[in-house]
Amino acid sequence: MTIGSVPVRFGISVDHSRCMLCGRCVENCPYDVFRKEGDTIHVNSRKCVACHRCIAMCPRDAISIREHPVDYRSHPVWTQEAREAIYNQARTGKIILAGMGNAKPYPIIFDSLVLDACQVTNPSIDPLREPMELRTYIGKKPKRLEFVKDGDSLSLATPLAPNLMLETPIMVGHMSYGAISLNAQKSIAMAVREAGTFMGTGEGGLHPSLYPYQDHMIVQVASGRFGVNIDYLERGAAIEIKIGQGAKPGIGGHLPGEKVCEDVSCTRMIPVGSDAISPAPHHDIYSIEDLKQLVRSLKEATEWKKPVFVKIAAVHNVAAIAAGIARSSADAVVIDGFRGGTGAAPRVFRDHVGIPIEAAVASVDAKLRSQGIRNEVSIIASGGIRESADVAKAIALGADAVYIGTAALVAMGCRVCGTCYRGLCPWGIATQRPDLVARLDPEIAARNVANLIHAWTLELSELMGAAGINSIESLRGNRDRLRGYLLDESIMRVLDVKPVGA
Amino acid sequence: MDRSGHLMDGAKIRSALSMMDERGSGEGAGYAVYGAFPEFADHYAIHVFFDAVHETKGLVDCELEKWGTIVHDEEVPTFENRNIRKVHTPWRYFYRPDPSLMPRSTTPEDDIVMHLVMKINTTIPGALVYSSGKNIGIFKASGWPEDVADFYRIQDYKGYTWLAHNRYPTNTPGWWGGAHPFNLLGWSVIHNGEITSYGTNRRYIESYGYKCTMYTDTEVVAYLFDLLVRRHGLSPEVAVKALAPPFWDEIDRMQEREQALYRAIRLAYGSAMMNGPFAIVVAQPESIVGFTDRIKLRPLVCGTSGSRLYISSEEAAIRIMEPDLEEVFMPRAGEPVIGRLGE
Repeated sequence: MTIGSVPVRFGISVDHSRCMLCGRCVENCPYDVFRKEGDTIHVNSRKCVACHRCIAMCPRDAISIREHPVDYRSHPVWTQEAREAIYNQARTGKIILAGMGNAKPYPIIFDSLVLDACQVTNPSIDPLREPMELRTYIGKKPKRLEFVKDGDSLSLATPLAPNLMLETPIMVGHMSYGAISLNAQKSIAMAVREAGTFMGTGEGGLHPSLYPYQDHMIVQVASGRFGVNIDYLERGAAIEIKIGQGAKPGIGGHLPGEKVCEDVSCTRMIPVGSDAISPAPHHDIYSIEDLKQLVRSLKEATEWKKPVFVKIAAVHNVAAIAAGIARSSADAVVIDGFRGGTGAAPRVFRDHVGIPIEAAVASVDAKLRSQGIRNEVSIIASGGIRESADVAKAIALGADAVYIGTAALVAMGCRVCGTCYRGLCPWGIATQRPDLVARLDPEIAARNVANLIHAWTLELSELMGAAGINSIESLRGNRDRLRGYLLDESIMRVLDVKPVGA
Repeated sequence: MDRSGHLMDGAKIRSALSMMDERGSGEGAGYAVYGAFPEFADHYAIHVFFDAVHETKGLVDCELEKWGTIVHDEEVPTFENRNIRKVHTPWRYFYRPDPSLMPRSTTPEDDIVMHLVMKINTTIPGALVYSSGKNIGIFKASGWPEDVADFYRIQDYKGYTWLAHNRYPTNTPGWWGGAHPFNLLGWSVIHNGEITSYGTNRRYIESYGYKCTMYTDTEVVAYLFDLLVRRHGLSPEVAVKALAPPFWDEIDRMQEREQALYRAIRLAYGSAMMNGPFAIVVAQPESIVGFTDRIKLRPLVCGTSGSRLYISSEEAAIRIMEPDLEEVFMPRAGEPVIGRLGE
């Protein structure tokens, strides 16, 4: 009993005057917080993760959750998190796991950037009355064009590399079957098909029930190569090589054996119940020229018909790395910022490794332009995109499109409790337990995700129209339309934006 | 433009521009004339605004002589006008670059002159190159159109193409460098509007070695034309389609060959595409092209009479130059109107 109990994180109370003993809280909580004894609902607050499933399901609003009902003695340095991490590690001697994205209160650069609008000297454009173009092509673009003249008509002589055509610059990033449920993947798949955009499969293979959506799927080749065979590669609209991810740059992936049910085992091509451990590096990539070989092998395997993306975590030297990738025959580089989410990551990585997406995109775009190779690759920004304004700002900083992850999950009900790594997601999203998965109705969840993409697309159109821009190309890299609000001078130099008022 | 190459003096264009005084604020006007210097037709006419000639001219001379020969130079004649404060001394050099100094270039002379323009404008304070084409004169200053015309006596110059622009500045009032036309090599540009894609266009063009030094959106148009037409070899028609392309909806309805063409143009030149309200006229020695933004947020009207092609913001300005027009028409949004010498 050296350490003893630490204060509970969440205190739950049931208003017995409102409770009608329906027992939905008991049924819905996979963490066993609630139990019904006689005419009373009893709670064990210590088990609560604040996923809010009980709150959402209680028909009488009888449940309330309070954060830190018993707090630690306050201290500016020895915060609750610092102390709890120590107690935890003193007990276990292990690495602490965490879910979702970076949870440190670093300032969010997006929130210190403001967008522009037209007044007098140029008219704003009303998207309800004028065309507004958000169509985005992802892939290599020729630097210049050659034509052949045939009488009066011109024909194109420059061959075009395969590109993905997006009706909106918003895609859904890679969340594997295994990390999330099949119903969650299906919901996203239906949504992206409706929205005219794409989603990533993650490193989990492609379940046969997703084949109808394969034209909207980007299949992933990661360091474990789980689920990869020629059939898988050929089904995808594009192929993405995952080098790293923003939530845990520099390390591999880990799907616990408990999540590897029969179906996941088939899709991943691994035995039932075995841990799926993706190594930190690709064992065939130890240098940039090795990456080039893999890019070209994948292209060769798919007859040069599919764009190949390379995803890297935003790390300090991201611009130079992206420039290397641009020369590797890859068609797009995905930059995943340090706020990128994940099912499970060591807390120390999630919170301390990598850089924010805003700075990463700005420096990658600037580097590619300075080397004259910006057309060689598209830039996809991901990690911490929370609303349409973030999309607009990421594009104005230089991205071609964005990946959203957490936002799509939130649209399906996720409350960002950050407990994905336990596999008990009460919303049926980050779990493989059949009774929990069944809670997520793909038809409804798909509508929610499609609504979200549609709503952001509308907001993006309005923002562009207000800025007097009717095509997304003219927003891309248009940093003149951004201003930094209380950003320091050094970061504004990196972003190449002026301060407000300048 | 007189498409048969007949020369016109500057008197008519002065009266046309004065018709549109209402569109300006008396803080900037300018003229470009093609065919201005027949005796030095083969030399680059490099025009420089000096803040203080005795301080900076030596530096400019030195820079020019590194790359070629100054065949002749002189102060641009100006005539006192009580409405114009002569804050700069306009100077013109007739210059012959040495192509052997720029090996491995297909257009060494143009490349040298472009390099010099960027170099002088970014490294020599107090000197601004505002024109650098062969046989092209640019006359601009801060003032009303008729005062600027009289200040330079543009009626004394003759040319087959004239551009004229009256400015209502918001960004850099009173700065001579901010007045239109903007020129680089053979390209001269006049522009009514504001380019909302300027940030994107500037980043694009600067990755090809151009440097924006005029604090205004219009100069990128000259650089974009230089890149697309001179360096990438596009025809003026295709260049306009890159800068003001058809909408995707229209492209989707095109025949396969055309669709492939326009899709490729939008993919390759997406960053060159110009957004925002504009009517633009771009001239080069052999041709002139006028076009507007894709939804025509600025007016553009054209008229023809014999070999003469007129492009203007207002019909009244055309009518005062040529009361008997054969044809008057308004081009559709994004549709280029092109006049070619010898047509």
